[in-house]
Amino acid sequence: MRFAMAIDTKKCVGCSDCVVACQTENAVPIGYCRDWIVEVNDGTYPQLEMEIRSERCNQCSNSPCVRCCPTTASHYDYGGIVLVTKHKCIGCGACIASCPYDARYPHPKGYVDKCTFCVHRVKEGLPPACVAVCPTKCLYFGDTDDSRSEISQVLKKRKYKRLIPEAGTNPNLYFLI
Amino acid sequence: MNRRNFIRISTLSAGGAMLGTIGFGGGKEPSMLERLTGKVHAEGSRYQRTPTYCEICFWKCAGWVYKNDQGEIWKIIGNENDPHCNGRLCPRGTGGVGMYFDQDRLKTPLIRTGPKGKQEFKRVSWDEALDFVAKKLDFIGKKYGPETVALITHGSGGKLLTTLMKAYGSDSIAGPSYAQCKGPREVAFGLTFGAGLESPEPTDIRDTRCLVLIGSHLGENMHNTQVQEMADAIDRGATIITVDPRFSTVASKSKFWLPIKPSTDIALLLAWTNVIISNGWYDRDYVEKYTTGFDKLKEYIQPFTPEWAYGITTLNPNMIRDTAKEMANASPAVIIHPGRHVTWYGDDTQRSRAIAILNALLGSWGRRGGFYLPELKEIPEYPHPPFPPVKKSWRDILGDQYPFAELPLANAIVDGSIPGNLKDFQYRGWIVNGSNLNMTMPDTRKTLEAIQQLELLVVIDTMPMEITGWADVILPECTYLERYDVLRNDHNREPVIALRMPATEPKYDTKPDWWIAKELAAKMGLGNYFDWKTFDEFLDYKLKRMGSSLEEMKKIGVKKYERTSGDLYFSADNPPAFDTPSGKIELYSTQLEQAGFDPLPRYTPHEEPPEGYYRLNYGRTQSHTFSRTSNNPNLSAIMPENLVWVNPKVAANWQLKEGQEVWLKNQDGAATNFPAKVRITERIRWDSVYIVHGFGHTNPLLSRAFGKGASDSALITKVLIDPVMGGTGMRGNFVTFLTENPDKEVKA
Repeated sequence: MRFAMAIDTKKCVGCSDCVVACQTENAVPIGYCRDWIVEVNDGTYPQLEMEIRSERCNQCSNSPCVRCCPTTASHYDYGGIVLVTKHKCIGCGACIASCPYDARYPHPKGYVDKCTFCVHRVKEGLPPACVAVCPTKCLYFGDTDDSRSEISQVLKKRKYKRLIPEAGTNPNLYFLI
Repeated sequence: MNRRNFIRISTLSAGGAMLGTIGFGGGKEPSMLERLTGKVHAEGSRYQRTPTYCEICFWKCAGWVYKNDQGEIWKIIGNENDPHCNGRLCPRGTGGVGMYFDQDRLKTPLIRTGPKGKQEFKRVSWDEALDFVAKKLDFIGKKYGPETVALITHGSGGKLLTTLMKAYGSDSIAGPSYAQCKGPREVAFGLTFGAGLESPEPTDIRDTRCLVLIGSHLGENMHNTQVQEMADAIDRGATIITVDPRFSTVASKSKFWLPIKPSTDIALLLAWTNVIISNGWYDRDYVEKYTTGFDKLKEYIQPFTPEWAYGITTLNPNMIRDTAKEMANASPAVIIHPGRHVTWYGDDTQRSRAIAILNALLGSWGRRGGFYLPELKEIPEYPHPPFPPVKKSWRDILGDQYPFAELPLANAIVDGSIPGNLKDFQYRGWIVNGSNLNMTMPDTRKTLEAIQQLELLVVIDTMPMEITGWADVILPECTYLERYDVLRNDHNREPVIALRMPATEPKYDTKPDWWIAKELAAKMGLGNYFDWKTFDEFLDYKLKRMGSSLEEMKKIGVKKYERTSGDLYFSADNPPAFDTPSGKIELYSTQLEQAGFDPLPRYTPHEEPPEGYYRLNYGRTQSHTFSRTSNNPNLSAIMPENLVWVNPKVAANWQLKEGQEVWLKNQDGAATNFPAKVRITERIRWDSVYIVHGFGHTNPLLSRAFGKGASDSALITKVLIDPVMGGTGMRGNFVTFLTENPDKEVKA
């Protein structure tokens, strides 16, 4: 089992609903976020292109954050989701420095926090909060080891890219282009 | 000020207060799945979800309010059965929790003690506040007549206040949603098809093959159903054509983006009409059977070629032809979207008419993929005595101005409150609910001039706003999460109603509007118009007569009904009918002609920006609704301020740098109070600047929003009034940059 997410940049309007839904679902303190929006513009008026991406932890299969964690707080969990065990985390920040996607932040309560793919929901068979709320349905979540899953089907059908592949982290976020 | 800390403290205290009322419920603890889905079976459990519909914007999506382990409000999730949201709220609806937790909320009734506009108030009891209002209304009613009091309202709470006003004897009940927003298109579609569009608009984006957006930035305005259906349309490969001087979000997702010169939209619409008629691309059968005036239109449209429009719009004639062809190919599954905020240049009814005509030519009205035929559920009235006759109605007060206005105009109420503007009439009092007129109405200075003249200004709101600073009495309303309201009932594909009930007790000394209206009525001797004890009783009376009950609605939140008006589109079962004088679609409007207006839309050149000035364009963003959410802790974290969009060429001329703070000054010398940061972007034309509406709050009681960004309302001093229906065109203002504070007095 390998959980992954595909983000359809053709549909995403960058509304930040994923950000707000994550904040309320996971009680992320205001001023911090586990997911965010990136807007990339190219060209000169009126020959313009824009890509909008909803980004979060890439849940890498070869995660530098897991490798560098001195206390094993950062670890691979259910379906390959990278999680932080709060009580084991000493807040040293090595993982924050190691992440090529800048996906982690120091929680004011002293541990490092990031996207969990809403593992508490996923274990109950529910999609992550961001996926459930997205008004444009541009987020697909599922098991890429299961060739019949919606995400596997989408990845078969559509062109996609992954971010910073050269970092060699084997990320599990796919951006449909 | 550390927001993070505050929220932690606030939630703890709210939880503590609530445990007493909610309780832990009986029986075994619910499972994780039950908690997450809110489908908790144990009655009275602290995890039980409660139904609501959103009050953050007018789309009013139905949802469920969830509680956390402490029994306090945790999150709001869309109701899957609701066609307004299909289980997916927008960021504002999701962030609606912030409205409840905002520590800057109005907390107690207040009566002004200092001069108007100085925020010097004394805390009073509800009894004292309502007594004051009742006595003052009685005084004004006796001295000037009750018709001199106006209600200006936005949102669900206004319904019961409307009952109160009618019982009192005034029908000057206005929403800025009409003459500052969608009024012109309602009139234009009414004149053409015999029916306005209402809300939600019956655009069948779900099944369309071509969606044309003219200045409508769907996806930045989160009109939820439409955004969702647009995303589905993208999946289906439908064509999107976007006309906008700004490379809007949807422009980036469109097959065609037409970067039009601002204010020239009618020229483009006429050219499209020309191409479609001269090539015979219109729906001949539909036009022949259902329309009148085609021959006159055909003759009139001849000179308006794409080449003619090129000189005006700067759009390549081939692009105009290609897009017309695209629309014709999709016909009748094509939507020339009527837009929503359409009060731009003062000829807005005519522009909306041009849009209506184009839709008629392509046969999209009443057709799959065009405009569906919506249906509304009839909700029975709770019995009350007949309303007294109004001595002078809003229509009489307007006289022969704006003959096609169908609803009272908020701007006419502002004008009519300034002595000398109307013959023999002056408004003396306003009750303002959920509408921050200082920022909602163009030309803040004029609004303030009117307010100074009033003998009574009552403001009912949840938050301190600019308007509350000028109030004589402030009545603090509880948020939608803490109250019952009237049933939501809007036009839709199928009739559907939604319930809002309190998820928790009102915080602070705040009250729902229904309570305010009922108590005020009692004090004014009008209690018999509110002849029910509790709001439960009021709702249950109606629901029982609609095959439901309050008990059922509390469980389901949303109830759909079978259509009774026939098919969703024109068919043998639902034959085309048009409520116009001719009984047909009026391409040529004899009604407009008889009233002395152009029977066919005409392009008139609008004023251009002077040297060194740029047209002020404004719009919406996904995470805010007007000026009412700027202080919401969750939403202000997403977008705390607006930025001034400037084209790189313009920035180079002015030597502006990314993020530099500037003040904007308009052609009349009006300037923004606070600096706003420059965003240098190719996404805006060199002849315009763009800001998101609703920022630049001047009330220091808004701890997050005060002094953040630029207020477009302050810069819209030139208002282009639509003579047809009185809408306030707001896009005829030009601004320049000031790199130093124009007013040293104001601190940001």
